Amino acid sequence: MKKLFPHPVLTLALWGIWLLLNNTMAPGHLVLGFILAFSISLLTSGFWEEKVYIRAPLMLLRFLRIVLWDILIANITVAKLILGRNRKLKPGFFYVELDIRTPLGISLLANTISLTPGTVSCDLTEDRTRLLVHALHIEDIPATVKQIKERYETPLKEVFTEC
Amino acid sequence: MLATALLIAFSLVTLALLLSFIRLVKGPDIPDRILALDTLYINAIALLILAGLHFGSSLYFEAALLIAVMGFVGTVAFSKYLLRGDIME
Amino acid sequence: MLEWILSALIVIGAFFTLVGSIGLYKLPDFFMRLHGPTKATTLGVGAILTASVLYFSFKTDDISLHEVLITVFLFITAPISAHLMAKAALHIKLKRVGRTREPADH
Repeated sequence: MKKLFPHPVLTLALWGIWLLLNNTMAPGHLVLGFILAFSISLLTSGFWEEKVYIRAPLMLLRFLRIVLWDILIANITVAKLILGRNRKLKPGFFYVELDIRTPLGISLLANTISLTPGTVSCDLTEDRTRLLVHALHIEDIPATVKQIKERYETPLKEVFTEC
Repeated sequence: MLATALLIAFSLVTLALLLSFIRLVKGPDIPDRILALDTLYINAIALLILAGLHFGSSLYFEAALLIAVMGFVGTVAFSKYLLRGDIME
Repeated sequence: MLEWILSALIVIGAFFTLVGSIGLYKLPDFFMRLHGPTKATTLGVGAILTASVLYFSFKTDDISLHEVLITVFLFITAPISAHLMAKAALHIKLKRVGRTREPADH
């Protein structure tokens, strides 16, 4: 089973994308899409160094719900900040110390930070321990860092643990 | 109702395109121009989807998807060029 | 009823797209400008695409989900391009607005 499906998440994603691209659930496309997803993930398995396993699917769903909600709130906050008086904004850079170590985890965390309230991840230090973040308007840096770590990093760490 | 909403949406997105274009012309630096170009791609996607809704055709979807893919590749290539002075590694 | 939801989604989406571009136009430095497009446009285009999914699903009675692909694609790629652009701007040491707070060390 492990030999046939070296990257189950990739296979499923490819299958889903094929069905979405053709916008159909017809049996023919189900079979063709499965064959393509199966063979592509088997043939390219050498290129994917990191094995991705989802440890806690329910946790992932909860995380997605939190992030989507935050994106909605973030958009309204950022819209207000942009349309308001720009002179009052206090932009700033700050570092987030990372507890997460896997490349996938770090990139997902950086993506989440970029999508949510007024923050964009700018750079990762060479040793992959700190993420440089720019905020559009920031009052209290430690509180923001704490929020990022509690809200996004902890669930991500639990979902994608290395094995 | 829907026609009015589409008309409003068309004008808003066109204004967005215009503002991004002004930023593209004004600069002042290269990253600003890359960002303006990236925003132009995204605005174009919005405009295409609106056109698809207006004409009731799902063909516009393909064009929008292509712009999304190509726009991303273009932005990454420009940024990489600034970072390394070279696109291929 | 459906028409009301569709109209609301379309206008909200277009509004957020415009807000993103207004941010790009009027904010004072590059790093601040980065915030407008990466956030506002993803939600803006996302709302318009949701309207498109609803419209085509009800028009043809077949569920039409392929617009979801663009939404997912944009949500994955927008932060990546923002990150790369910010990295490039840091690399060429682009000037920031004077009141920007610098990171604690370095």
